[in-house]
Amino acid sequence: MSSLSTTLEETALGRDVAPRRTETLLSPHFDNVEQQSNASILGMWFFLSTEIMFFSGLIAAYTIYRALSPEAFRLGSQHMHVWLGFFNTLVLLTSSLTMALGVRESQLGRRDGVVWYLVATAVMGAAFLGVKAVEYSMEIEHHLFPGVNFQVPAEDAEALAEISATPEELQTNLGRFQMMFVLYFFITGVHAFHMIIGIVAVLIMAALMKRNWFSGNGTTQIEVLGLYWHFVDVVWVFLYPLLYLIDLSGGH
Amino acid sequence: MSAPAIDADHHADYLTEHTVKSWLLTGDHKRIGIMFMISVTIFFFVGGAAATLMRLELMTPKGDVLASADAYNRLFTMHGVIMIFFFLIPAIPAVLGNFFLPIMIGARDMAFPKLNLMSWYVYMIGGILGIWILIFGGVDTGWTFYTPFSTMYSNTMVVTAALAVFITGFSSILTGMNMIVTVHTMRAPGMTWFRLPLFVWSHYATSVIQVLGTPVLAISVVLVALERIFRVGIFDPALGGDPVLFQHLFWFYSHPAVYIMVLPAFAVVSEIIPCFARRPIFGYRFIAFSSIAIAVFSFLVWGHHMFVSGQSMYAGAVFSVLSFLVAIPSGIKVFNWTATLYKGSIRFDTPMLYALGFIGLFTIGGLTGLMLASLAIDVHVHDTYFIVAHFHYIMVGGAVMAYMGGIHFWWPKMTGRMYPEFWGKLSALLVFVGFNVTFLPQFLLGWLGMPRRYFEYRPEFQVLNVMSTAGASILAVGYLLPLIYLLLSLRHPRTAGPNPWGATGLEWQIESPPTSHNFHGPVLVTCEPYMYSPEEAEREYAHEQLVHNA
Amino acid sequence: MFDFLLFPEQATANAQKLDALMLFEIGILVFFTTLIFTLILVFCLRFRRGSQVDRSNAPTHSRILEVVWIAIPVILSAVMFIWSMQLFYELYDPPADAAEISVVGKQWMWYLQHPQGRSETNELHVPLGQAVKLNMTSSDVIHSFFIPAFRIKQDVLPGRYTSLWFQPTKTGTFDLFCAEYCGTNHSIMIGKVHVMEPADYERWLMEKGVGPSQAEEGERLFVEHHCAGCHRGSQTVHAPRLEGIYGKPVPIQNGREIRFVQADDRYIRDSILEPKTEVVAGYEPLMPSYKDQISEQDLLKIIAYIKSLSNQETPQ
Repeated sequence: MSSLSTTLEETALGRDVAPRRTETLLSPHFDNVEQQSNASILGMWFFLSTEIMFFSGLIAAYTIYRALSPEAFRLGSQHMHVWLGFFNTLVLLTSSLTMALGVRESQLGRRDGVVWYLVATAVMGAAFLGVKAVEYSMEIEHHLFPGVNFQVPAEDAEALAEISATPEELQTNLGRFQMMFVLYFFITGVHAFHMIIGIVAVLIMAALMKRNWFSGNGTTQIEVLGLYWHFVDVVWVFLYPLLYLIDLSGGH
Repeated sequence: MSAPAIDADHHADYLTEHTVKSWLLTGDHKRIGIMFMISVTIFFFVGGAAATLMRLELMTPKGDVLASADAYNRLFTMHGVIMIFFFLIPAIPAVLGNFFLPIMIGARDMAFPKLNLMSWYVYMIGGILGIWILIFGGVDTGWTFYTPFSTMYSNTMVVTAALAVFITGFSSILTGMNMIVTVHTMRAPGMTWFRLPLFVWSHYATSVIQVLGTPVLAISVVLVALERIFRVGIFDPALGGDPVLFQHLFWFYSHPAVYIMVLPAFAVVSEIIPCFARRPIFGYRFIAFSSIAIAVFSFLVWGHHMFVSGQSMYAGAVFSVLSFLVAIPSGIKVFNWTATLYKGSIRFDTPMLYALGFIGLFTIGGLTGLMLASLAIDVHVHDTYFIVAHFHYIMVGGAVMAYMGGIHFWWPKMTGRMYPEFWGKLSALLVFVGFNVTFLPQFLLGWLGMPRRYFEYRPEFQVLNVMSTAGASILAVGYLLPLIYLLLSLRHPRTAGPNPWGATGLEWQIESPPTSHNFHGPVLVTCEPYMYSPEEAEREYAHEQLVHNA
Repeated sequence: MFDFLLFPEQATANAQKLDALMLFEIGILVFFTTLIFTLILVFCLRFRRGSQVDRSNAPTHSRILEVVWIAIPVILSAVMFIWSMQLFYELYDPPADAAEISVVGKQWMWYLQHPQGRSETNELHVPLGQAVKLNMTSSDVIHSFFIPAFRIKQDVLPGRYTSLWFQPTKTGTFDLFCAEYCGTNHSIMIGKVHVMEPADYERWLMEKGVGPSQAEEGERLFVEHHCAGCHRGSQTVHAPRLEGIYGKPVPIQNGREIRFVQADDRYIRDSILEPKTEVVAGYEPLMPSYKDQISEQDLLKIIAYIKSLSNQETPQ
């Protein structure tokens, strides 16, 4: 029991499937498994709280701009692909379901079940990203990506000209129309970045699970992964209504 | 429920196993603390070398020592970047905090040993990038990277520097997260929040700032890099951007950052004063809560770096009020430490000299901070040597002295050896004197109007500059001496004993140096912290004198 | 050698008021520093190990003391804040009759332009007793205009105008420094402010003859660089007329769409240097670029001229 060593030295990566260890390995610096588990979970919650702050700031910025220029944002929102977004929402929510089921599988000790559900989660995450890529490419093609190639579509420019009392106001509204897309691309882009990290983590965990890397069914590790995944999902649950569903009726 | 690990070999301590692999792959918080200590010391002297060259140049009004103004500009930038990001931010938390926080709460390690090790590696990668920049041309934007100079005009390795800062920031975040989770989940039975040493309270507050503030710095330097590479335009007025936005983003982190640097210093002082006054600390709860208050308020005052930046006068007023308020908790601490001396039985060992020096110099630095919070005064002294003097009083007169005090205080525990007391006291004195001779004149220089970051200056400022350089040479000796005698002390056997100071606190109940898992059995805490008794200390001393004179 | 002062010269009323506030705050600093140092010294001496004094019942906390040493600093802070806020506010409140001088900071010099026409580099001549307001901008990075003797400082920003005002109460020559690090020669981006008797100042202004104002200079440049050839009623070239456009929105052609741009200093400057980026709707992109042909100072003068045209009606 020498040891300073941790699981790093006990099972070399790349070895073939190791023998199963049903007892959760207790790291020597913890008093009991419960403390060990609590530490990991608190750590992940802490990290997520900083992420919540990050996304909250972005959503606050979006909300403020929308309040300042409601018509410009309404017109911008009309260009969102509501049904593609809906599909993505379904996919992401389902992926959270598979993630939760994966956690349950680990609690029941069914490792194969965990692997299966993790892979399903990753696949759905990838599908989400694929649809997002399609959306982005369509928007870029229609000159809606902010920057030198951005163009306010003619109908929207006219609509904004009608509601602008002065040319300065029109100028502002045109700018706000573009701002909507700046926020849309940045927020969904950052969200997608978090999804990529999540998918990679899920696949790595699935691979490790398959090789019996985890002791004690890896319940804590999978639960912590699940927390991250659910967080990314919850962020989308806020983004979809704010970006896509808002002003759907089209009325003023 | 597993029993905690017990070391079979009672003679082995955390230093015993010598292989390089056992160090580079360690999870032991004590080893990681030592590794940080070596790294930050190296960076301290590199940053100090830059300062030496600067002060040599500043002895004369004309630029005649260094090759060019550009060389000077790179030097002061590297001095700032190295001292802040590679020394002051990690020093106390990553060295003393890593080593002692787990032991102080009765734990065998931090919650996440692997993250702890990763924190060191991330720091080293950032640090090596920093050295790379130093060798291959440097940066000349100032550690503050103000736009649009840094994004559009500087011809130096700005993007690399941004990358180095970005990477090193993660080290800070990981340490912070580790400490917070550790304090929440791994306190030994009986170690309630109000039995925690104030060292732990301060480090907890520091960790909160590290976790919440550092990401903003990361984004700020990323934006500088993006602007430089892609001309995004966020800071370029010609493209509709605003250079002052950078200042808001930068200072939103960099002000709380100074509290990352000073709160751990408070932590050390709160441990040393009660021990060497042989008295419970005065106002425990007020000191504990003031640390939390500082952490919260620190995020609300960043605009006081920008009173003349073009920000609105009303914003200036708000930041001014908040800046006055943030000084109050620090004042509470100073008064409480001073009161701790009352009816104590005071010894003047080296750590105590550093701690007392800290209180005096921090008081001066902090009160000059009130002058800077006063809007109209700041208009005159902003960007002058007054500011330089102010922050050096806090950072060097404060944080570095506390670090030195802590290193001396805990040296016997970390290494099992004592340092030579005469040389310790001499160095402390040299540092105190040298520091004041270096930086007191700079207050006057700034008030008289000498701007900072000046390679050449008006001749009437020379006398004060010469004084400052003279002080710096004394200061340098004061820092070199400990480097020598502390290293030399390692040649002696480990005879310091578990508690040479007779201090309270869990770290003093275990061996010196500690065994790998710190404690041999389960830990149960039953008493309040700082249970010193001055009367008993006097009795012991009288007894010692009797024996000695017999 | 032993020339050194403790306070820089006070050359404005503001300087005197600020010094009074500073003395007060130095007083507070000295008081509290002395208090702490003395307490520490006294306690360390009295209660040093081995001294025979009463150490019984050493107190560990005192609610009253905590309240006192929170309340007193708060009150003192309030006084310092209010006093300095008042002074600060005055710095943002120039008198209506202040003479306005334009300042351009650039790496690594100060360019100052008096409204009556005279311009100077790194030197500022002003009359005694007259309020002066500086309107400042930078043509590259952030600089800072700092006159220690007046106790004033203001960052000078690219793409924006910031301002500063003062009223000198003493004749003499005072230092002017750049106080925001701006690159290689930041340390020598310095100058002198000369406060003169009003009569001397008038004489100084006339020295180079009755100089043209900025707008008049601008018109001269407008003709010299052949702008008038197209923009002042040409028979052959269809170019937008400039009377009255300053400050108004201009329709800009953008593919099929039209967007509106404010005709401000930036727009005029960009139209001169990069005319093809914003072509006015209904006009051909024919205007040549004047990049690298006209200096920042001259651009400012041309802008001043075009600004002066806004009082006239736009002839159709």
